[in-house]
Amino acid sequence: MDKFTTHRGIAAPLRHSNVDTDQIIPAEYLKRITRTGYEDALFSAWRQDPDFVLNHPVYTNASILIAGPDFGTGSSREHAVWALSDYGFKVVVSSRFADIFRGNAGKGGLVTAEVEQSVVDRLWELLGQDPQTEVVVDLEAKQIRAGDIVADFVIDDYVRWRLLEGLDDIGITMQHADAITRFERDRPSILPTTA
Amino acid sequence: MVGMSKTLSEKVWDAHVVRSAEGEPDLLYIDLHLIHEVTSPQAFDGLRATGRGVRRPDLTLATEDHNVPTLDIDKPIADPISRAQVEALRTNCAEFGVPIRPLGDADQGIVHVVGPQLGLTQPGMTVVCGDSHTSTHGAFGALAFGIGTSEVEHVLATQTLPLKPFKTMAVNVEGHLPEGVTAKDLILAIIAQIGTGGGQGYVIEYRGPAIEALSMEQRMTICNMSIEAGARAGMIGPDETTFEYLRGKQRAPADFDAAVDYWRTLVTDADATFDKEVTIDAAGLSPYVTWGTNPGQGLPLRASVPAPEDFDDPAAQQAARKALDYMGLQAGTPLKEIPVDTVFLGSCTNGRIEDLRAAADILRGRKVADSVTMLVVPGSVKVRLQAQAEGLDTVFTRAGAQWRNAGCSMCLAMNPDKLRPQERSASTSNRNFEGRQGPGGRTHLVSPQVAAATAVAGHLAEPNDLPAPSELVEV
Repeated sequence: MDKFTTHRGIAAPLRHSNVDTDQIIPAEYLKRITRTGYEDALFSAWRQDPDFVLNHPVYTNASILIAGPDFGTGSSREHAVWALSDYGFKVVVSSRFADIFRGNAGKGGLVTAEVEQSVVDRLWELLGQDPQTEVVVDLEAKQIRAGDIVADFVIDDYVRWRLLEGLDDIGITMQHADAITRFERDRPSILPTTA
Repeated sequence: MVGMSKTLSEKVWDAHVVRSAEGEPDLLYIDLHLIHEVTSPQAFDGLRATGRGVRRPDLTLATEDHNVPTLDIDKPIADPISRAQVEALRTNCAEFGVPIRPLGDADQGIVHVVGPQLGLTQPGMTVVCGDSHTSTHGAFGALAFGIGTSEVEHVLATQTLPLKPFKTMAVNVEGHLPEGVTAKDLILAIIAQIGTGGGQGYVIEYRGPAIEALSMEQRMTICNMSIEAGARAGMIGPDETTFEYLRGKQRAPADFDAAVDYWRTLVTDADATFDKEVTIDAAGLSPYVTWGTNPGQGLPLRASVPAPEDFDDPAAQQAARKALDYMGLQAGTPLKEIPVDTVFLGSCTNGRIEDLRAAADILRGRKVADSVTMLVVPGSVKVRLQAQAEGLDTVFTRAGAQWRNAGCSMCLAMNPDKLRPQERSASTSNRNFEGRQGPGGRTHLVSPQVAAATAVAGHLAEPNDLPAPSELVEV
């Protein structure tokens, strides 16, 4: 995984609450067995509306999504993270993320920056005035900067460290293989197996 | 003393910590890993790319459910992309030695129906699956939660997951459910009360007399929809109902009494505290239905479609406006006057034998309205065979409903069972998101009883609204 330090880019305002993962990527796209190539699937139903935010040419190269509360609810599909990343998003900003989505994002190198809704409102207002405003997401400092807005964001410290270092979770766990083996030796024998 | 008393979820968590260190997530051991065709192919690819194997295939079980057809299951899957995905699962399971219950197998079905019916889901276990409705298994007092594909790969490789402990929430359900009010109505009412984000970061423990009175299948319906309140997991403390359900199941412990002795310790200590508590009165409930596009937008069936102005919060007002527009509904319309085109009975929420029995009791001697298509999709092959042994299939087909094979089907419309644009359903499934049951489709979440009554009436209805059934038609 690439290291993530500071990202600068165009931000798209998604003025919706409860953006569930069925909206981020409908189920019909989940039949693929590949790990990449989901950019066409992102918000595919909403993108049929010419007025949808991502259809405005000014947001063609958007890499930061500023969304309403409860982003990523519903299905556990990690394809939602892949679709956002494949489309070019590096960061999603919201006042509240669904747990599974946030976990998946951390694995896939997509930063979830949690801020107060008032910060989201100010960012929306700023982007309404000037959609080309450069937005800076500084993971080291856990800070978003845009125009005269400077706001701290919340992200799990361990996830932040992994993203900054570009580390692979499984590799980290593999270092504790002995502890896993010891734990397995002591597991109660009444537990079922599938074999 | 702080730390001495524990909630149920904390007991299960603590019993599975392989390693903990300051500033790092706990490494949690996983007792049962269920997999299916949709969220696993990229995980197996990851194992191949890194030269890793499956650490414990004997704690892993695969089934085919999300995209399988419910008709013509003896023929090759017609949709080439679905077929490729199912074939990838079979190839991956063969290559990595993972047991599988494929289409056509007597134990095939929805992953969350199959685990419990085999007796694989037991109190005190940790259970994961690349599916958010894994919370279903919490009905047994297991800590069960949905994970993403990267985590599926992690569990395949290590049988563990690095996780921060979840916060704890108690949902106390006082009193008893009135006659005709079901577990589905209760969970829809709970979600309407705490909201789709109210459970975020929490594992919910459902407690109280109304919960204790529920059967195992009803408890599964409750825990299943914990995720719709945003919670990672839902749990119910194991009791005699749990033990009796497990007794004699294929994978139940050989020394059952010893297991029960252990399971009895899996209760929240009397003086343990939860991070959050919510109380709901069961006695005041009536059948529920969703009117909007998230599961928190629900109301008693006897109410009317709300107006955006009925909500205080501006975000809720905007969400309501958007939902009414998508759903094609007018504020003030009595919910029972909303006509539906399709009724879907099935899913991991309400696709078990008790659900089918409840719906059949209402359809017996009655006819599905001409304007309605009704699909009955059992949650597993075993449920289907049981229903046939009881003659329920005949009740459904005589009423004019379609009797299908097992799978997730129209709950998420990955297979050919989908709504057409603007088509409206009453569905016993778990999500009423935009397009969930097919692009442009409009979903009202209901109980099996309301689904059956709606199929007969042609509009949203509860069983009491129907005229008495014809006595001439009997199986």
